[in-house]
Amino acid sequence: MRRPENLPRAAALFLGFARLLRDHAFAIAPEQITSFMQAVTLLGPRSMNDIREAALATLAPSPDRRDEFEAHFRAHFYGDAKPSIEGEKDDETRVKDDRGTREEEKQTIRQEKSGELSSALEQLSSRDFQREPDGLGQFRRKLASALPARRSFRTMRTRSRGTLDLRRSLSEIVSADGDIPSPLLRRRQAVSRKLLLLIDISGSMKLHTADYLKLAHAAVQGADRAEVFTFGTRLTRITSALRIRDREQALARAGALVDDWDGGTRMGPTLLAFLSVPRFSAFARGACVVILSDGLERGSHAELEIAMRRLSARAFRLSLASPLAGDPRFRPETAALRAILPALDDLVDGSSAKSLTDFILSLARPAPAAASIWKRIS
Amino acid sequence: MANPDAVAVAASPEAIAARLAASRYLADDSLATAIFLAIRLGKPLLLEGAPGVGKTEAAKAVAELLGRELVRLQCYEGIDAGHALYEWNYQRQLLAIRHAGEHEIDIYDDRFLTARPLLQVLRAPEQRLLLVDEIDRSDHEFEALLLEFLSDFQISIPERGTIRAATQPIVILTSNRTRELAEALRRRCVYHWIGYPDAQREAEIIMLRAGHVAEATAKAVANAVQEIRARPLAKPPGIAEAVEWANAATILEKGGSPWPQAFRRAIGVLIKDEEDLSAIAPELGRIVEEALG
Repeated sequence: MRRPENLPRAAALFLGFARLLRDHAFAIAPEQITSFMQAVTLLGPRSMNDIREAALATLAPSPDRRDEFEAHFRAHFYGDAKPSIEGEKDDETRVKDDRGTREEEKQTIRQEKSGELSSALEQLSSRDFQREPDGLGQFRRKLASALPARRSFRTMRTRSRGTLDLRRSLSEIVSADGDIPSPLLRRRQAVSRKLLLLIDISGSMKLHTADYLKLAHAAVQGADRAEVFTFGTRLTRITSALRIRDREQALARAGALVDDWDGGTRMGPTLLAFLSVPRFSAFARGACVVILSDGLERGSHAELEIAMRRLSARAFRLSLASPLAGDPRFRPETAALRAILPALDDLVDGSSAKSLTDFILSLARPAPAAASIWKRIS
Repeated sequence: MANPDAVAVAASPEAIAARLAASRYLADDSLATAIFLAIRLGKPLLLEGAPGVGKTEAAKAVAELLGRELVRLQCYEGIDAGHALYEWNYQRQLLAIRHAGEHEIDIYDDRFLTARPLLQVLRAPEQRLLLVDEIDRSDHEFEALLLEFLSDFQISIPERGTIRAATQPIVILTSNRTRELAEALRRRCVYHWIGYPDAQREAEIIMLRAGHVAEATAKAVANAVQEIRARPLAKPPGIAEAVEWANAATILEKGGSPWPQAFRRAIGVLIKDEEDLSAIAPELGRIVEEALG
């Protein structure tokens, strides 16, 4: 361990702990280390617990990583064996946030990748070379203005249609020596709604996954606020990977994040897992939620129905784009689809990038509910 | 640095816990330590936790313990400087200009300035405590504005210059964690995560907070609520709801309903979601029986 020359021996222990945490991808600022040492001094410290409390309060590990933090604490101050971070239980749907993972974990995943998975990845990139101009550039440019808007609390100056801007009017009056010039107005700004894409990457969607990811990349690049998650047997947030401008690089990064390519689907449980993480479900509030999936749920669809109902209660508009709906003979007749149809605002064709981009760009235009459209057709 | 009278009150975490208990708030060691450190290090205290675990109550209790007035800034999407810092009273300014006629008048005088929470606290840091409630609801721009306030404790008003706090004010921030706060904000604060209490502590809290609830009732409610929280509900009941449930059941019991039934009939104050109610209904009888037994 590096140790500055003029630091007391006792202090080195605490500095060492902060460095250990940093090595494990906890974000810790220098001022937090100073506070940590001050806190330890203030508390006595009379016991090991005082040190622990001081560390918790000043180094502020996120509640999700609390167990990991405790393990490191024990290892450092009690000299326990190196912490082994256990994997989560299998029966729970695993939620992966691209910010929370540790660097080394990512590496092991990359190494453990089975042949099948990596070949899927290679397919991704090789397809990229084959088709270049696919209309996504236009989609990206149009998206920000095409999304539905809501009124923000922020105001902007305007010449017509607004309320009096008292602050600016008053300074005008003062500078005009008490004369009242034409009143200055302001109006609440319109901001575009958030866009949330949930992409099904299970085996049955294999043909479309690559297109969907490219579309998601264009959406993240184009929209002011967009989030992208993939789901199959697990839920993975890939938004920050897709923020990379270069598409190939972004898709390769996203590909490495996701562990459940082309597996089974557990749509209901993964969507419920999405809703149970507060900051994810908060993102869905007032957002345009587009689920890209064929809606084929294995087993019972009770959970899917609950999840869809909750999502639609939060979302501004909930849409399901299914590649099956591209077929003119398609009818929402499976039990799962029939159950979730009342919760959906749209059930549209997701078989090609063209139809999908057209649909997303039309989200601001009102449309009748999915249930009434499909009742008319069948 | 932290101001002297607050330091005198915060002698040790235990002293804080004792005084909090005197103001009817039961804090665990960890929370008491965090409050102690926040006061002594002169840093804001950031409390995070699920809704209904008593974050705002904790702030109120700290204000009472220090004998200060609580100034609350409730955050919401779209909150801006005009709601948080200050606003000029334009109508009065206009009237004053009219009234003054030929005389000179300073329309940026104190009497035309409407102080909002942050400025109120800055003006009297020793008598007031600032609570920034549910900061996760505000947008990122506001977080940045707050960051500036929290690091220097000063506000610049273009017409008046910079106003600085004489001593460092005590600030408590709460968040429901519906979104991740900026790292820069977390870093500046002393942090504490408030979880749900265990059954014994919850029973104590219920006894302390509810009006006339028997000890056995409080214990039964605490046990049942623990059991209910273990289920995957859309909105798990908070401590406030548990207290209400104990109160409601006691009232119903006095009105003539026997015990297990009183709990069942009062369930509406504990669980306020139709789906959750129907999910828990078949098991409720058993849970209450076990908790009572």
